[in-house]
Amino acid sequence: MSRFLLPLGIFIVVVGFLAVGLTLNPRELPSPLVGKAAPDFSLPQLHDPTKVISSNDLKGKVWLLNFWASWCGGCKDEHPVLNHLAQSGEVPIYGMDYKDQRNEALAWLKEWGNPYSVVAVDEPGRVGINYGVYGVPETYVIDKQGIIRYKQIGPLREDILQEKILPLVRELQSQ
Amino acid sequence: MIPEIGHYALILALCVAVVQGIVPIYGAAVGDSALMSVAKPAARGQFLLVLLAFCCLGYAFAVKDFSVLYVAATSNSQLPLHYRLAAIWGAHEGSLLLWVFILTIWMVAVSFFSTHLPEAMRARILGVMGLVSVGFLLFMLTVSNPFERLIPAAFDGRDLNPLLQDPGMVIHPPMLYMGYVGFSVAFAFAIAALLGGTLDAAWARWSRPWTTVAWCFMTVGVAMGSGWAYYELGWGGWWFWDPVENASFMPWLAGTALIHSLAVTDKRGGFKAWSVLLAIMAFSLSLLGTFLVRSGVLTSVHAFATDPKRGLFILVFLAVVIGGSLILYAWRVPRVGLGGGFSMLSREGMLLANNVLLVAALGSVLLGTLYPLFLDALDLGKISVGPPYFDTVFVPLMTPAIFLMGIGPLAQWKKASLPELAVRLRWAFGVSVVTAITLPFILGQWTPLISLGLLLAIWILTTAAVDLRERLTHTDGSSLMGRLAALPRAYWGMALAHCGVALFIVGVTMVKGFEVEQDVRMNVGETATVGGYTFRFDGTEQYRGPNYIAARGTIHVSQGGRDVTVMYPEKRRYFVQNQTMTEAAISPGLLRDLYVSLGEPLENGAWSVRLYHKPFVDWIWGGCLVMALGGVLAISDRRYRLAWRRKVSDVPASTQMARQTVS
Repeated sequence: MSRFLLPLGIFIVVVGFLAVGLTLNPRELPSPLVGKAAPDFSLPQLHDPTKVISSNDLKGKVWLLNFWASWCGGCKDEHPVLNHLAQSGEVPIYGMDYKDQRNEALAWLKEWGNPYSVVAVDEPGRVGINYGVYGVPETYVIDKQGIIRYKQIGPLREDILQEKILPLVRELQSQ
Repeated sequence: MIPEIGHYALILALCVAVVQGIVPIYGAAVGDSALMSVAKPAARGQFLLVLLAFCCLGYAFAVKDFSVLYVAATSNSQLPLHYRLAAIWGAHEGSLLLWVFILTIWMVAVSFFSTHLPEAMRARILGVMGLVSVGFLLFMLTVSNPFERLIPAAFDGRDLNPLLQDPGMVIHPPMLYMGYVGFSVAFAFAIAALLGGTLDAAWARWSRPWTTVAWCFMTVGVAMGSGWAYYELGWGGWWFWDPVENASFMPWLAGTALIHSLAVTDKRGGFKAWSVLLAIMAFSLSLLGTFLVRSGVLTSVHAFATDPKRGLFILVFLAVVIGGSLILYAWRVPRVGLGGGFSMLSREGMLLANNVLLVAALGSVLLGTLYPLFLDALDLGKISVGPPYFDTVFVPLMTPAIFLMGIGPLAQWKKASLPELAVRLRWAFGVSVVTAITLPFILGQWTPLISLGLLLAIWILTTAAVDLRERLTHTDGSSLMGRLAALPRAYWGMALAHCGVALFIVGVTMVKGFEVEQDVRMNVGETATVGGYTFRFDGTEQYRGPNYIAARGTIHVSQGGRDVTVMYPEKRRYFVQNQTMTEAAISPGLLRDLYVSLGEPLENGAWSVRLYHKPFVDWIWGGCLVMALGGVLAISDRRYRLAWRRKVSDVPASTQMARQTVS
């Protein structure tokens, strides 16, 4: 009898794992860049292409870097969260307009609101490659020394903001 | 109105399925033939209802009814009609409807082609299929209703994913589902036999053709999926060991093992418990595949929209169906006697080894697929398991299996003699080894893997030739043609399927060993040479399709100054989802494919271009088609045709048995 129960036993173990698996998110990957220096960039600004925004200008403060694009659906989902955060003024958000067209990006910000202190234009996506962007939106928390402290893959949600990002930002700001 | 009719038809189908799942099985248990006879009309009625629902959804797509959420989410007014219809199975809800629809097709087929079965057996089979159907219909009606309304209606739809806008999409999912769901028939036969306690050779004989048909569809379906990835994803790979690919490959492996083990149960009465377990496994893995694809527990390129409620539903369904069957198995099977004894060196012994190896391969694929989930669940970190793992475990497991494939058909049942086999196969062995060692040198490059691949392929072909020659000398008949025709089709089917494996191996070996790939920057008018072919880039032009714009490149290919072909690779931008697609240009050939895809545009009309020369790559899919053809040939065997005819003429079963030739 017992050897005929073996398949059932194996199956129960697999089902147990699958049940646990349902509660996990496989897309939540740890980034190898967390704890490392944020890759440098120096790019034209969206609203004024004659000006340049460089990551070196941001040393000495805690900031968020948000990769987005006007063609990206998830960006629209997280946009109210960003707007809300920008209103609170707790931490500056810098935008990285990723593989996008300038006029469409500007129109998009006009329609949905602009939470960004400055938006850099990464039209060829090079900076995205340096940051290891899987897909937009992605958000990075960068500290005063220019070290990446946290990476959010996919849209930001209010609960992630309140439970993870803001406590981390406050801690980094007090250092 | 039409979508509501479809929705209503699904609800009615659920009611019919509940009746079909309970009444006939109860009838079979108490021996009430009036209750058992409910099964047939219920199955057919359910089919008609689901067909109606399917047509309603098709109609909603055809008339662009964007007040249906599913239609609005997966199509667009600019999408051509054939893709709008294929969009029925373009996402989660509709592909479930396709699943249930195909399940009812199989039910109707069973209801028509089962007149030779005892009534209780037929009632139980259709009952079990009805229960499976209850699960899927409930799933659809509770958490994935394709007829859900969107009010107010969308002005236009969000369009079908551009990756799916391809002729392969029209045919690949139905084929694959025919296979997946087809294993439900073998499953239902096994459960019916367990319920009835009639686990005998007759059971195996009845379920063999059904298993083979499902396996043929599965083979073609998996091959088409692979072919689609090859020409649609634009980087020339044909198998990625992606979880969803594995989800279709695992039932195929189980089905392949099942076909072989059923042969033993049918011919020798052995392996009964094992065959039943494999039948349960093949269908369980089909269900597991559904779970993996739909629940989002694993990352995969086949990103269906996921919803935890759906995942939970399938998991519970999975636990009930598979857990229930395995309990039934553990309860009933110990009473089943063993078949006749056999020595390890016999056809049974080799088929057993074949089964062990196939199941080990299956286990390693399952482990590799679920391993990231296991580690994550135990909080041991996040990893992904890729092709290196699968390649490493797969080749060593398949090598002995294929070696046995050559010997098995020549070995006697029960007990074979090793020296005798060695004498019969010495030429085949010698030819294989010598060719495998020397041929790579002639082709220009020798590596152990190329040599091994060729050895296995040639071994299959030469042993098949030896087998054919021996069978011909043992067959009566004056002319060669007469003797060839006298061999049973079941034999031809097996031989053909095995040769298909050889073709497949040749394809894999040659493309892995001799493929040439080049990433080049090409200015207009510039040439590049790959694999002896010269490619001249003549620039790109704008081109407008029904729902996309494309940059279409023109590439003239010549060999030794002689024009070979002109290729038109495209880079498309689909309007609605604003997604860029690489549409590779392929010039297929028996001995090689030329494969060109456009990378990124550079300045002055130049492009980065990928050029591939892929020797024998089409043999990979050709081999799969030949395997499937072998299956088709096997089920057209005389004894199955006789089984249909027996309905009319009612020949006694004993003479049937006597007439069967051993295959």
